[in-house]
Amino acid sequence: MDTFIPAGYEVVRDAERCTGCGVCERQCANGVHKFDKSTGKMIADSNKCVNCHRCVCMCPTHALKIVKSDDTYRLNANWSAQTMNEVYRQANSGGVLLSSMGNPNDYPVYFNKILLNASQVTNPPIDPLREPMETAVYLGKKDVEIKRDSQGRLIDTLAPQLKLSTPIMFSAMSYGSISYNAHESLARAAEELGIYYNTGEGGLHKDFYKYGKNTIVQVASGRFGVHAEYLETAAAIEIKMGQGAKPGIGGHLPGMKISDDVSKTRMIPKGVDAISPAPHHDIYSIEDLRQLIYTIKEATGYKKPIIVKIAAVHNVAAIASGVARSGADIIAIDGFRGGTGAAPTRIRDNVGIPIELALARVDERLRDEGIRDSVSVVVAGSVHSSADVVKAVALGADACYIGTAALLALGCHLCRNCHTGKCNWGIATQRADLVKRLNPDLGYKRLVNLITAWTHEIKEMMGGMGINSIEALRGNRLMLRGVGLNETELKVLGIRHAGEDM
Amino acid sequence: MFKSNLGEAPFEGEVKIPSGCAVSAIIDRSGKTFTGEKIIRSIATMHDRSNGLGGGFAGYGIYPDYKDYYAFHLFYNGFTSRKETEDYLNKHFEIVYSSEMKTRKVKGIINVPIIYRYFLYPLSKKLNNSLMDEEQYVVKCVNQINAQIEGAFVFSSGKNMGIFKGVGYPEDIGKFYLLDEEYKGYAWTAHGRYPTNTPGWWGGAHPFGLLDYSIVHNGEISSYDANRRYIEMYGYKCSLQTDTEVITYVIDYLIRVKKLTLREIAKVISASFWSTIEEKSEDEKREETFLRKAFPSLLINGPFSIIFGYNGGVMALNDRLKLRSMVCAEKGELAYISSEECGIRVIEPELDKIYSPAGGEPVIYTLNEGGKE
Repeated sequence: MDTFIPAGYEVVRDAERCTGCGVCERQCANGVHKFDKSTGKMIADSNKCVNCHRCVCMCPTHALKIVKSDDTYRLNANWSAQTMNEVYRQANSGGVLLSSMGNPNDYPVYFNKILLNASQVTNPPIDPLREPMETAVYLGKKDVEIKRDSQGRLIDTLAPQLKLSTPIMFSAMSYGSISYNAHESLARAAEELGIYYNTGEGGLHKDFYKYGKNTIVQVASGRFGVHAEYLETAAAIEIKMGQGAKPGIGGHLPGMKISDDVSKTRMIPKGVDAISPAPHHDIYSIEDLRQLIYTIKEATGYKKPIIVKIAAVHNVAAIASGVARSGADIIAIDGFRGGTGAAPTRIRDNVGIPIELALARVDERLRDEGIRDSVSVVVAGSVHSSADVVKAVALGADACYIGTAALLALGCHLCRNCHTGKCNWGIATQRADLVKRLNPDLGYKRLVNLITAWTHEIKEMMGGMGINSIEALRGNRLMLRGVGLNETELKVLGIRHAGEDM
Repeated sequence: MFKSNLGEAPFEGEVKIPSGCAVSAIIDRSGKTFTGEKIIRSIATMHDRSNGLGGGFAGYGIYPDYKDYYAFHLFYNGFTSRKETEDYLNKHFEIVYSSEMKTRKVKGIINVPIIYRYFLYPLSKKLNNSLMDEEQYVVKCVNQINAQIEGAFVFSSGKNMGIFKGVGYPEDIGKFYLLDEEYKGYAWTAHGRYPTNTPGWWGGAHPFGLLDYSIVHNGEISSYDANRRYIEMYGYKCSLQTDTEVITYVIDYLIRVKKLTLREIAKVISASFWSTIEEKSEDEKREETFLRKAFPSLLINGPFSIIFGYNGGVMALNDRLKLRSMVCAEKGELAYISSEECGIRVIEPELDKIYSPAGGEPVIYTLNEGGKE
């Protein structure tokens, strides 16, 4: 017998505003709304509602709102309703709990406890509306040997580099976990912005090969969709060793999201759960990683940077140091808040460390060992705003990956039900009728708007600090101050507390 | 490490102190030498750009009789630190001549440390055992004295050049060291300091020197910690926390380790904007793009005007936006650099040429072919 679990949220309809037009019914893939013939009115079943806000946004008369249910168990500071419901669900099903998107729990957000500096008197702020302000970055190895030609001119001996117009990229989200239209929006936006998007582990749809110059392709433990042409098409190749949302395990794509096209692109059977292995079965140690890096470099003629993506775990600094010595051009670190299309809840909510701390330690460690120049560092895992980008760069990042923020730009309302495949916003679904709700012509424009707006804000903050090139911000930790942080936190972040002098 | 007796105030190196300043330089490209009288007059004219909390000079070609020896200038707190330092020097160098620095009493120059000068060269056995080249060996010894001997500070360590500095207005410091009488050089640089708060430390005055390199700098760089954390990867330790110190190390790294030319270095530390590079010739575009891609963390941002002195020349360089004033001028074989035009006109009213170099455009004056070093 299944225990009934009351809905966490209730659909509230303003009867006076509702015209019974039925838009809500047509928009809800969860079947919440329906027309009640007996009363001649629209009614809602809140138990089916995931609170994605699609109906609220689409209702032409704004007759709908979703409120937190005031139904409650006997209050208990130790056993929350959420915890109790999870026990009921597992007793009902016998299954592992699945969740989507990043860890929503109440852990500290260090970016929010870091403040930026600005120039006053002794050093002028620079006005980005009137002076040039540079946000372009090159990612790749900088440990260059100076060589000259017979005329004494410098020769460019640098390893391959990725040029970004602004230090932001779209992080790995696979075709399968998100829709064709979502991928098209990301690809077109990356191309227009002069940045990169990332295929995740789902392969690359043939239609998107034309965006190859702005595409990072992933090689993950399942090797889904990996073949010579796939590698050849990309601007860079990312070896996914781990993901912030689920360190220590592989990817999950529920079978109901594996359509014909997804199956073809991934080179896996249709309709069957695709669960990639926890480790790469050819990488059981660091020296094996080196072999895969050089295998891919050989396969692509040493023309493309290789990114190694790792999850932020306790020993991240030492791991990053090992990766830096293994031939990787770029290390991507994904913090424990990072998003996902599907992850076991317990893993997502309990494994890994905050990206701010991981970044600070990795950057410091690579410098201590004198090898910061042999890799670029890209960070991910809840970069919420342009301010977070600025803080990450000042802590030592070369660039940031954003995933959730990009999906929000496409309409996502963080209902965290991606794994059900019924995304009403046409993002995390493969159902044709839902996918078409996301118009890539509009979607890509919204992504371009978001990154353009953030870039403007980054320039404003840089200018305020008297910095007119993002290079001069990287690792410039004197520009940061912690507020409300304890000594250990400050030490790990390598910053001073607010109020302490330069 | 040498410190003044200032009670509770923090010392240079314990806090980072922003400061405005005046800089000035004169070089006779024919190699003819002249006293420090002119450079003192030049920097004195810009009196209001300093606030009496630091001044200093570097002279090149001033020790022709000892030109093959490293000239160490040292501040001491007392005789114990002197004794300890001299023991150290004797263990690592052959000292060919040493004496207390000749100074005169000048009103306003107070809290004067003990100042000594040594001409020396590395003991060959020690040098060979160190597996370092001679310059690395000297730098390492200087750093060791400065970091480890309480109350001692090496503030000049080059050959046939010397730095003279202290707390006070620069013109008073110049007279204090008798630069207008005792020394003749083919090039002089000067610095007047305007720190916004001060530990009043003699070692914290400028120029900052490393071997024969000296830097005088006006500005407050906003890239400080990015530059510092980068350069410290390569064995430098920014113990003074001054902009001048980090700029000196950056230039030293690019010259000695990376073997870049001064012009190339200018394109690293005061790089052209990407949009400007786009408009340049193919050769320049290739070179400048490469340098920016290879050394992004050595871009120096924020306002600065620096004069870099070395055996055989001086280089003037502004930040890419030219947020600090600096003018250059020429008269025959003489070349001048100054924060303000008045600093030049006061010593040479009639000039062949005077101009204001653009941000990021290095101006390099070197001794002519015939000019001796």
